[in-house]
Amino acid sequence: MELFFQQVLNGLTLGSIYGLVALGLTLVYGILHVPNFAHGALYMVGAYVSYITMVDFGVNYWVAMLLAAVAVAALAVLCERLVFNPLRDAPPIHDKIAAIGIMLFLEALVQMQWGAEFRRMPTPYTEILDIAGMTIPAQRVLIIAGAFSLMAVLHLFLKKTMTGSTIVAMAQNREGAFLVGIDANRVAMMTFAISGALAAVGATLFAPINLVYPAMGHLLIMKAFVIIILGGMGSIPGAIVGGLIIGFAEAFGGFYISTDYKDIIAFALLVVILSIKPTGLFSKGVH
Amino acid sequence: MLKIHNLTKRFGGLAAVNNVSIEFEANKINAIIGPNGAGKSTFFNLVAGAMAPTEGRIEYQGMDITGMACDRIARLGIARTFQTTMLFDQSTVLDNLIVGHRLRTQSRLWDVIINSKRLRDEEKKCRARAQEVLDFVGLSHIGHRITADISQEEKKRVAFALALATDPELVLLDEPAGGINPEETENLAALIRKMVDHGVTVCLIEHKMDMIMSLADKIMVIDHGEKIAEGTPDEVKNNPLVIEAYLGSDEDAAA
Amino acid sequence: MNALTKISNFFMTPAMKIVMIVAALLFPFVAGNEYQIYVMALAFVWAIAVYGMNIITGLCGQLNLAHGGFFAIGAYTLAILTVDNGWAFWPAFIAAGAVGAILGFLVGVISLRLKEHYFAIFTLCVGFIIYLLLDKWEELTHGALGIINIPAPSGFGLVDFTETTPFYYLALAFMVLSIWLASRIAHSLLGRTFLAIRISDDLAASLGINLMRNKVLAFVLSTTYASVAGALYAGMVRFIGPAEAEVTHTFDMITYLLVGGIGTLMGPLLGTLAITWLTQSLQFLEEYRMIVFGPMLVVLVIFFPKGVVGSFLSWRGRRLAAAHDASQTKEKAASNASSNKPSAASTQEAGNHA
Repeated sequence: MELFFQQVLNGLTLGSIYGLVALGLTLVYGILHVPNFAHGALYMVGAYVSYITMVDFGVNYWVAMLLAAVAVAALAVLCERLVFNPLRDAPPIHDKIAAIGIMLFLEALVQMQWGAEFRRMPTPYTEILDIAGMTIPAQRVLIIAGAFSLMAVLHLFLKKTMTGSTIVAMAQNREGAFLVGIDANRVAMMTFAISGALAAVGATLFAPINLVYPAMGHLLIMKAFVIIILGGMGSIPGAIVGGLIIGFAEAFGGFYISTDYKDIIAFALLVVILSIKPTGLFSKGVH
Repeated sequence: MLKIHNLTKRFGGLAAVNNVSIEFEANKINAIIGPNGAGKSTFFNLVAGAMAPTEGRIEYQGMDITGMACDRIARLGIARTFQTTMLFDQSTVLDNLIVGHRLRTQSRLWDVIINSKRLRDEEKKCRARAQEVLDFVGLSHIGHRITADISQEEKKRVAFALALATDPELVLLDEPAGGINPEETENLAALIRKMVDHGVTVCLIEHKMDMIMSLADKIMVIDHGEKIAEGTPDEVKNNPLVIEAYLGSDEDAAA
Repeated sequence: MNALTKISNFFMTPAMKIVMIVAALLFPFVAGNEYQIYVMALAFVWAIAVYGMNIITGLCGQLNLAHGGFFAIGAYTLAILTVDNGWAFWPAFIAAGAVGAILGFLVGVISLRLKEHYFAIFTLCVGFIIYLLLDKWEELTHGALGIINIPAPSGFGLVDFTETTPFYYLALAFMVLSIWLASRIAHSLLGRTFLAIRISDDLAASLGINLMRNKVLAFVLSTTYASVAGALYAGMVRFIGPAEAEVTHTFDMITYLLVGGIGTLMGPLLGTLAITWLTQSLQFLEEYRMIVFGPMLVVLVIFFPKGVVGSFLSWRGRRLAAAHDASQTKEKAASNASSNKPSAASTQEAGNHA
């Protein structure tokens, strides 16, 4: 039974990080219809910014997280301005290739600067908590609490603020949004900024129980894509629920089936689901 | 030629096309008009097989084609054009048209590998047909141009030609005169009439009222997915329901 | 006709093909050392795979991100059959192509029901599944250790393909065959069918084209190309590991394709050769080549989406059209205009019916 709860905890940890990363991806997709293959690289850059500021400059964990969020948000906006905006009306294949180009560039750049070796990110929260007879590392609690409070903040932002509701309006109806005079450029930059910041925070939360290296975003971005296809491209609740589904499937699959193949579970799920329903589980319709 | 019985298409709870029945006669110009978002394009997509209807039946030359796939419907003789002309910008106008007759050919990969006689004959046939339809729409003088370099009106004509290359009996034209000037619109109307004179039945969606009123033999008006009127241009023009539908929206009333 | 047009015409003549083939045949004699021949042979092998990618992505417009995975499947099929099962090279080679085709068919039937972004994402995942399986399925693939001592292609006692130069000619022969088939397809009704799908699914379907059947055919052709290239690669390098399936190889191939000109006939070859030699001459780039290639991809899709060959072709097309128009007007002036001229005819036609 205890092992079972351990897996529940694992699933929650994985699921909340997946959800966070998928949220950024789904926001960008919903509003700009760009499948941002570079999103995993943004996540990776976020981890490196936190790592460097903490280890080399001795900055506090939370300050480092904030710095990473700001830096990656700026980087994401830069990508939008320089790359995705000029490609708005290009054939659909072009923005995907450009996104891949950005991803390759960022990875190579980080690798040149800091090498390909694996690094462990320090965290001030190393104690092991003992809750109801279960041993739980504090960082995991932090991940789950952090991720879900960020999702709550994002929800409030989208629902309660003017900018937020503009973003939602544009996600639901792009043409309509233009008609009522929404500044599409501003919304696009805002969306990229939010998505970048989410990735950076996710990375800073997750990296201490994982490793930091240039290719760390690869697997994650693919899983995030699986999640937003499951959850319906562009759907915010879909990203969170999808994240949790994949998180739990991996935790339990890895434990009860095979750790070797746990990374395949998400993709196998995708193959099965898309074979049965080509538009995803919760999609509102084909885009 | 085309009989529509109680056609309905719902998206979620919303009916984009609601219980529409109509009959289009052969060798006539049939028009569908209505305010923006009235369900005209959805209606076209249903007839062309791009979507399956929720309810109702579509009968083409006595054959039930409801829910049939797009490509099969095309082979039965229904061709269409789209609101935005889609052409391959990087090749010549003539090259764009050759594929139009592909559906009347049989060659497969094996023919390609061995360069069979069938393939060579069929390629000749497709090229000849492309030249023919290019002549028909009056563009044979620009067949060698790169498609990216021709005017908007010429692109519209190429799109017509491409549809004609499939040897259709019924052609669906989705806003053929969108984005071109009045003089070009008149030339295009003449071309549409020429198509009908050559035995093709035309069904079109259009916003330009003066064009429709002078061109169409029969008009169907839809609003909010429902048919509110059908008849000759004169009948439709004086129908109070139609006037109301048009005044109710920000569209110009029939000129 | 000026000099530029003459030169551009020369590039399109059969004579040009002969010049290129002769140059390729003579290359080993003028190459400075054996290493250069080796690099060239390797580039030819990659070019075969890139031609495959050009069929599904360039002609048919579907961005297949599992292409590197199918390359690896070809390499592994050959390696497993020869090393672990004692097959001779050539039967294993044919089997590698067949496995690529069959798996391509299975993946295609599922993935091609998806459109655009979904298809790209799905194939990215398929590529990754292939990588994971090669890495983890140790009983079959030897896991992370990879497979060593793969035999070179058998020369039936006549030639020794473990030598670089004979292998170079073998790779050249396969590449020429691949280009020949690709050109047959591209210029045929089949190629035009693929191209119609690239313009738009809706348009193609409205022209009576069966989308699924044609897309699957293009996909199977492309995976067969990839796995044949992979099998040749295994016979050349003689050692393979899961890294062959890494998604970066797919991205490399996209770069080759974009530089040369996506959807064009000579583009894949030109792009592959150009980038391979660029990377070779800038050795320090090897590891960090993506610092240059990444931004290059972005700049290419924004400013030069047609690539070298594509830009050349549209430039030439415009020139020819202009020349054609010029000669027509001259003719017209000479014969002092008659009502038979097509442009006049069309306005008359329209006028008659108005």
